[in-house]
Amino acid sequence: MLEITNLNKTFFPGTVNERKALRNINLNLAEGEFVTVIGSNGAGKSTVLNMVGGKLHPDSGTVRISGKDVTKISDHRRANYIGRVFQDPMAGTAPNMSIEENMSLALGRGTFRALAPGVTKHKRERFVDELASLELGLEKRLKAKVGLLSGGQRQALSLLMATFSGPKILLLDEHTAALDPQRAALVSRLTQEIVERHQLTTLMVTHNMEQALRLGTRLIMMHDGQIILDLDAEQKAKMTVQDLLHEFEKIKGAQLDDRTMLQ
Amino acid sequence: MITAVELGLIYAIMALGVYLTFRILDFPDLTVDGSFTTGAAVASISIVNGINPFIATIFAFFIGSLAGVITGLLHTKGKIDGLLAGILTMIALYSINLRIMGKANTPLLGENTVLSFLRDRQLLGTWTSVGLMFVGCMVAVLVIVWFLRTDVGLAMRATGDNEEMIRSFGVSTDNQKILGLAISNGLVAFAGAIIAQFQGFADIGMGIGVILIGLASVIVGQAIFGQKFIWIAALAVIFGSVIYRLVIQLALDAGLEVNDMKLISAVLVVLALILPQWKGFGKFAQRIRIRGKSVEPKETNEVSVDA
Repeated sequence: MLEITNLNKTFFPGTVNERKALRNINLNLAEGEFVTVIGSNGAGKSTVLNMVGGKLHPDSGTVRISGKDVTKISDHRRANYIGRVFQDPMAGTAPNMSIEENMSLALGRGTFRALAPGVTKHKRERFVDELASLELGLEKRLKAKVGLLSGGQRQALSLLMATFSGPKILLLDEHTAALDPQRAALVSRLTQEIVERHQLTTLMVTHNMEQALRLGTRLIMMHDGQIILDLDAEQKAKMTVQDLLHEFEKIKGAQLDDRTMLQ
Repeated sequence: MITAVELGLIYAIMALGVYLTFRILDFPDLTVDGSFTTGAAVASISIVNGINPFIATIFAFFIGSLAGVITGLLHTKGKIDGLLAGILTMIALYSINLRIMGKANTPLLGENTVLSFLRDRQLLGTWTSVGLMFVGCMVAVLVIVWFLRTDVGLAMRATGDNEEMIRSFGVSTDNQKILGLAISNGLVAFAGAIIAQFQGFADIGMGIGVILIGLASVIVGQAIFGQKFIWIAALAVIFGSVIYRLVIQLALDAGLEVNDMKLISAVLVVLALILPQWKGFGKFAQRIRIRGKSVEPKETNEVSVDA
């Protein structure tokens, strides 16, 4: 479904701030696979996500979705296949527009937007059904401006909007990190339900190792622009947070040693 | 007094254009000062050359749109700052407007205009013409409100509200900005065309400061009537434009000269922007909200989201 081949990216090349964000990344996601991505700050997790989403373009390498090379296609045109939820709960919705208008914007994914009414009775019925699945009572507040909702509600709405209009791939960029533990648990649970219901191929970046182990069918760990650990569902099920930390220290240590040797 | 209301209603069409860019797209578009005159010039020259005034006025709309498209292209494809893109088009239009008219002033005396049927019956300056113009404004409001509720209208509003988000749903925000600027400047040029026919001439300097009049109308109108729903916000612009004219009229009656008008406009906009920040104006503060410095809405209606 999603094929990432030999992806390289260097930020600020040729300056003192030069930083290799991605070093020859290769990653294949089968249809319906739910991959959680962990790693330290600056490991390149978000960069990978932004390359798939089209916000950043690689120096070399390709991104393919369903076999189609999308490497050079701009973000809004890729959006026909890709749903995104951002870390900031404010980022995924339009605050000065109503809940139903936001839903209508999301429903328009992959369609040509013309002069048909944005919200119709027919669409509204669908929105009510979809919103009811969140169990937050939002279906009773269709006309309320999204800016009035709490962070948790907005993030749940963002998640719904990113997924209900049929994307092939879902990108989640630390989408629970800015929420308090209770809301994070809610959004986390909703994520699991929605991904299962729509059988979405998902790439989720998180800082929370416990969440990375609990969610998804595969786990990858990144460090310094490389994938240093790739666990399938079976291996992942046996792992604990302690194991992960241990693994991380081991690989990080080894790499440091290598470099020290080279110098 | 009645003439002030008439002027207010004609300029209201221009203010609706400014509302589209300034509020909906969150884009401070200065093209307006040029495209207003362009509309007047195009319509006047067309009328002088024997073209039907209604067709001439519609023609003005499309040429104005073209000016908006140019600003839009400079900003989106040329990556030029929005304010600067507007200023560049505005300055360029000054020369183009002179080219269109061939001279600095095109009189329309004795020509057949869209207002002839009112003028011939001596209805200009009466409540009849005010009523007709009001109906015209209501039609414009209805069309704009309808448009902003269509699929493409929602996408345009989202472009001004959260650009990143609407891109993630497959909308080209560049195209939305260009389209919005085109419609906005079309409306502005349309108003310019009507003003030229109302006052009986097009003049190269008639567009100077029009952006301020537009902003004053939007800000004052929405400070008083609010902008809770699109239709309230759009109606508020119409009333804001009329109120602006009445304030100008009062200032003139109080002994200020026509030459002071730009100063009065500027002071009015400054007051409308500053007053709400003071204590005691709290209620207005939320209505007058300028994006970026907005008062964050309070999370009062929060429903429990226990997992």
